[in-house]
Amino acid sequence: MRLEDRLEYSALPERAPLRWPGGARLALWVAPNIEHYEYLPAQVRVRDPWPRTPHPDILGYGLRDYGNRVGVWRLMEVFDRFALRCTVSLSMAVLDLYPEIAQAMLERRWELMSHGLYNTRYHWNLTEDEERAAIEQCQAIHRRHTGRGLAGWFSPAASNTLNTPDLVAEAGIDYLCDLYHDDQPTWVRVRRGGLVSLPYSMEVNDSICWRRGMEAPAFAQKIRDEFETLYAEGGRVMCIAVHPFIMGQPHRIEPLAQALEHVLGHPGVWCATGQEIVEAWRAQAPPPPPPLA
Amino acid sequence: MSSLPADYLEYPLRRHGMDHDRYDWTQLHQRRGVAWPGGARIALWITVALEWFPLDMKGQPFKPPGAMQTAYPDLRHYTLRDYGNRVGIYRVMQALQRHGIRASAAVNAAVAARYPSLLRDVREAGWEVIAKGLDMDHLHHGALPVEEERALIARTLEILRPAAGGAVRGWLSPAKSESHATPDLVAEAGLDYLCDWVNDDMPYAMRTVTGALGNTPAHYQQAPGHGSPAGVQPGRGLVAMPHPIDLDDHTILVQNHHTEDDFRNALTDQFDLLYREATPADGRIMAIALHPWVIGQPYRIGALEEALAHIMRHRGVWAATGAEIVDAWKAQQA
Repeated sequence: MRLEDRLEYSALPERAPLRWPGGARLALWVAPNIEHYEYLPAQVRVRDPWPRTPHPDILGYGLRDYGNRVGVWRLMEVFDRFALRCTVSLSMAVLDLYPEIAQAMLERRWELMSHGLYNTRYHWNLTEDEERAAIEQCQAIHRRHTGRGLAGWFSPAASNTLNTPDLVAEAGIDYLCDLYHDDQPTWVRVRRGGLVSLPYSMEVNDSICWRRGMEAPAFAQKIRDEFETLYAEGGRVMCIAVHPFIMGQPHRIEPLAQALEHVLGHPGVWCATGQEIVEAWRAQAPPPPPPLA
Repeated sequence: MSSLPADYLEYPLRRHGMDHDRYDWTQLHQRRGVAWPGGARIALWITVALEWFPLDMKGQPFKPPGAMQTAYPDLRHYTLRDYGNRVGIYRVMQALQRHGIRASAAVNAAVAARYPSLLRDVREAGWEVIAKGLDMDHLHHGALPVEEERALIARTLEILRPAAGGAVRGWLSPAKSESHATPDLVAEAGLDYLCDWVNDDMPYAMRTVTGALGNTPAHYQQAPGHGSPAGVQPGRGLVAMPHPIDLDDHTILVQNHHTEDDFRNALTDQFDLLYREATPADGRIMAIALHPWVIGQPYRIGALEEALAHIMRHRGVWAATGAEIVDAWKAQQA
């Protein structure tokens, strides 16, 4: 199966308009990436996660650790100000490492989407059985902490295999955030069941901006510009992806808060979790494509 | 087809807290607050790097920020870096003196050896001298044998202590790069605080080995292990100071190619947020990392001057050296 055959071509303007609950123009989901990067990565296969070798890379590690010690709490304060329920792109190990963060997320009724076990364990080149086991492990951790199965999957550090959609669907997960081909949810053809691709953002994403040396005011402007277009078009999904170690820095948090205030100051913005958006879409979507042979 | 190995699925370091023993897992917002002297809300800590990049540097195991770039001899970058030690530093000193701010100079020992008059001027400005390794081509890293690193630290301090005119209490590794042993060896050498880690806005306690001088603690031999060496115990009270990589003139202006206005705005935005977050009973540190070869350029110094003017017009700003901040923090730890 080639990945490109999993997605049926469909030009956006030719589709029936999407209707969001309450007549909203836009479905907005905010995705903090709450991650753990291993101090000494235990399972290095395709690529060493740390730019500085030999290990330890305390600069890279320390900066990411900032997110969990300091930054995430600043982000929570901002999201609480707007009563935003987030969908977390979560390194599942965080639930075991930092139960304080787990509790804070669950108290806020945030949705936890699996972003793999650690952000230093890539899924590239895993065999089908290995990847199945890795996904199952994340399912088990989520069940242990929440009593429920996962709704969403985003492969760790966007590392995946050609089997990923089949294995995610097989694990009973509803949506996948590895694919960036659309501004609306779409079906992904899989061997069994119906898997939905939910548009996560690799563009309105602070880590992408940060790597390009863009600062918070430029990122905030990107949020505003993205919003203006999608809001005007209507029936779209907008995702804002942030990382506590980046946007949780003191000098960056205020531009983010102001951009959110701008977006949420408009009527008809439906703030939802990934699963809520997927469910609203499925209720009006065409039937899923036939399973792969 | 094989499934994942057991050590992938059952990993002992997936436990409550850090996946190493270097420091404890704590969250800033749940710690007891620290009150700065005079009821200040913000302790302003400026570090100024005085660096020497050898013309024939090897750049191993990686090139540090600011390394030579062209084929040998890279006189262009060698002299641009040395500009900081001859010209830029004096602009920075003047900008700070206008507000009565004393900085911590993070000095390569090679600078002290080569330019004694510069160190005299640093002392006369009332600045603190902290160690920044031997020079920018002697990085501390994971493959550096412990005895070599111990000797490197000793040699650095041998040069810097007399040049500092007193004790050297802080350590900043060149390029913020450490071996597994650096904090242990820095504590063993009698230093009080370490400026390499960028994971907090406030000081915190590090764990170091209390082993006797000359012994090689068991966990060094395990490295690269899992960062959980049995020999690491609560040590001599080495404190991690929040020395930034993010609020750093090199990162913002050179690495990320931002404008001088962006740099000034990053500093003032950082200050405004911390000032709002802080109270007299729960102070914060505003740390700024400067490199005179970057910020000391005539067209750039104004950005620093404007940011300092903004910061210093607020009440409750305590401009202090790293050692003064560490002492105030330590006095309030249980």
